[in-house]
Amino acid sequence: MATIPAEATEPAGTREGILRGMLVEFDTPGQLIAAANRVREAGYKRFDAHSPFPIHGIDEAVGIRMTILPWIVMAGGMFGLLNGLFLQWYTNAVDAESLSLIPTFLQGYNYLVSGKPYFSLPANIPVIFELTILLSAIAAVIGMLVLNNLPLFYNPVFNVARFRKVTDDKFFLVVDARDSKFDARATDELLSGLGGTAVEPILEYPSPSALPRPFLTLGVIVTLVALIPPALIWKAWVSKSSKPRIHIIQDMDNQAKFKDQRASVLFADGRSMRPPVPGTVARGDLQHDDHFFRGIVGEAWSTTFPLHKLPVDDALLDRGQQRFGVYCAPCHGLTGDGQGLVNQRAIELGGAWVPPANLHEAQYRERALGHLFNTISNGIRSMPQYGDAIPPADRWAIVAYVRALQRSQFATIDDVPAAERAQMPSAARPAEATEE
Amino acid sequence: MAVTVGEYDNTFETPGKRAPLVVGDHDFASVTEAVCNVNERPMREMPLIWYVLFGIAVALTGVLFGSIGYLFLTGVGVWGVKNPAGWGFAIINFVFWVGIGHAGTLISAILFLFRQTWRTAINRFAEAMTIFAVICALIFPGIHVGRVWVVYWMLPLPNQMAMWPQFRSPLLWDVFAVNTYFTVSLLFWYVGLIPDLATLRDRASGFRKWAYGLFALGWTGAARHWHRYERAYLILAALSTPLVLSVHSVVSFDFAVSQVPGWHTTIFPPYFVAGAIFSGFAMVLTLAIPTRALFNMKDIITLRHIENMNKIILLTGTLVGYAYAMEFFIAWYGQNPNEKFIFIARAFGPYAWAYWTMISCNVIFPQLFWFKAIRTNIAITFVISLLVNVGMWFERYVIVITSLSQDFLPSSWDYYWPTTLDWLTFIGSFGLFFTLFLLFIRFLPMIAIAEIKGVMPQARAGHDQADGGH
Repeated sequence: MATIPAEATEPAGTREGILRGMLVEFDTPGQLIAAANRVREAGYKRFDAHSPFPIHGIDEAVGIRMTILPWIVMAGGMFGLLNGLFLQWYTNAVDAESLSLIPTFLQGYNYLVSGKPYFSLPANIPVIFELTILLSAIAAVIGMLVLNNLPLFYNPVFNVARFRKVTDDKFFLVVDARDSKFDARATDELLSGLGGTAVEPILEYPSPSALPRPFLTLGVIVTLVALIPPALIWKAWVSKSSKPRIHIIQDMDNQAKFKDQRASVLFADGRSMRPPVPGTVARGDLQHDDHFFRGIVGEAWSTTFPLHKLPVDDALLDRGQQRFGVYCAPCHGLTGDGQGLVNQRAIELGGAWVPPANLHEAQYRERALGHLFNTISNGIRSMPQYGDAIPPADRWAIVAYVRALQRSQFATIDDVPAAERAQMPSAARPAEATEE
Repeated sequence: MAVTVGEYDNTFETPGKRAPLVVGDHDFASVTEAVCNVNERPMREMPLIWYVLFGIAVALTGVLFGSIGYLFLTGVGVWGVKNPAGWGFAIINFVFWVGIGHAGTLISAILFLFRQTWRTAINRFAEAMTIFAVICALIFPGIHVGRVWVVYWMLPLPNQMAMWPQFRSPLLWDVFAVNTYFTVSLLFWYVGLIPDLATLRDRASGFRKWAYGLFALGWTGAARHWHRYERAYLILAALSTPLVLSVHSVVSFDFAVSQVPGWHTTIFPPYFVAGAIFSGFAMVLTLAIPTRALFNMKDIITLRHIENMNKIILLTGTLVGYAYAMEFFIAWYGQNPNEKFIFIARAFGPYAWAYWTMISCNVIFPQLFWFKAIRTNIAITFVISLLVNVGMWFERYVIVITSLSQDFLPSSWDYYWPTTLDWLTFIGSFGLFFTLFLLFIRFLPMIAIAEIKGVMPQARAGHDQADGGH
């Protein structure tokens, strides 16, 4: 690098600088174009024309080739497009079972909404489109800056005071000292002959490279302070505590109300639940009819239906069949033979299991109606009580249906009304029907 | 040199002569000075009215954030939304503000692609307006979700619940469209600002030099840089053009994809886009007319610019009027009793007052712009721009409220009453908008200096060689 005396430069005072290039100033864009043509024709490559606004025709004069920026943008756009496509397919349409090795928080799955297709391009186009545009735009801006080698906050050309006018109304041609043809004297002569208003060397002055002390101090303090919150979080993460977690967002989790079976300071007995007022019965809670509510007549299980409360007819049997299917069939099976799905599964799993009763065994066929009713109400062995879940009328309906099931398994042709015997399928001849 | 206002009225075309875009005896330096002066003058030399407006705007911003804080602490029950109108002011304001933003992108991108060089005088603050309007718009869907602390559920972020957004919903398309729109608008605006920030940097000293220099990224105006810069700018314009059309189309899908009478129509996307540009240009005028008077920009934002914008308002206002008429026609032609009912109810039902406010502001008054005397009258233009702003807000009110409050089930019909907090939040959003805008005017060049220089006659290279000057 050639060094030249500091007296030749405007801002330098007595310091000496390293020559980084030379610039020439013009007043109009036309002069700049003409000068750029001259410099290019003189064989220079590392030079540039600086102007406050883009000048039409400067590209040819400086010898600028078409930028590759559009290709970068296209790559960005394609990335956005494929990303949009994959994101929607993966999160809404992928088969979850194929992803068992991927951690839960990254798993996509078949996201069913109103029976619509998991992946339908028309519905997915808006997001694909927006992501394509977004990534293209980001690629355009970042690509432009990177190709231009920006941001570049330190540039020796800023040392020339008159260069500040480049963003106002002056036009500059700058020749870089790294150009193979650059020579302090010859380049000076060439630039001086271009008709510019001033020719000036671009000098770089050695400056202390260390960070200024206040910046350093401030940086250290800010860094240390910024480390405190993550350190506290890390401490909470690795240590154990008996205190409840901090509950910032309540989401109605804690409400000012009394829950069942909890203590209360409001009532004298210390309970949140209230007992009924002594000597009273709530509406609908009076169950004085032993026959209907408990299946007992006198001191024994009733052998009749509580006909004073409900008639035994087709409607009751239909209801019974429906309720039986809901509450009983899972264990006892749809025919009542004790081979329900729960039983099958329990046997498959092995282990201790009390199988549900086969309702067609003699002891159950002969059991009194009230006794069956009581078993449904209060449960037996591993069978839970259904008195809370099934209202009494429905329990009687189930009893009626169980009786019907029992009869169905031991029916003879005599049980079929004579008028309908002709409709019996040929396979079900009287003798075989009896055996079934 | 260019001719002065007195000598040459640039709203007339003289055959064979190009009407100047910058009037007055301006050269490059005086343009720089005129624009930068607003940013560089001492604070005490800012006009009193700037301080007054800034004070009001900051107070209203306080109202906005106060209302939002109250909303967060209490819940969305503080708003007027309830059955059957589950969408109220939040959606109306969202659509209103997003629509306002569209004119900025139209000016910066579409007019750029069409080489409408007059856009250079207004594109910078139209783009700023876009960004501030979209900020205001983004607030409303953010705060109307009920549990704002889980608002990030709208984004496809990996989470331990293995919960993903439902990509077949227009509301999710909206999230992507509006966020993309904001990001791209911000990038576009910033790219346009880089050379002008360099101008401010080169004129400043001390902290201001450092701050402007930081954002100017070391710009030197090199021809190689300009080459890629112009290419990037062109690409951004070409990307923004379909983007701006898509954004309001997607916003309209929020309505059009549903089954609600009055919403379920295919005309919504183009109709919303036209309405958005219409309202945006009105807002540009509302901002430009006082600003150019206050900061003496009449040579740069000339009467020709105002007139051109008025022509676009006339065009888009007529398009919007056509859409209103076509909605009625299709409601009759389609013979769907619910559609017919809702359109008759709009015009003559309980919300007729809002409907006819909308019609008069959006369809009737802009038609005055057929007359050149009115197009070039600053005072009337300003009043009509305000009316269009009002009318376009009411358009969204009519669409959202009338359809929801009288839907398929007559037993659930109810009149929608906004609460005081609805109004405070809405008015407060104007405070935020104007606060940002007034700060922008003070601290950033409100005119694209480099672009203006490029459209001045002195910028045409070869011109000075041919006849040795001007």
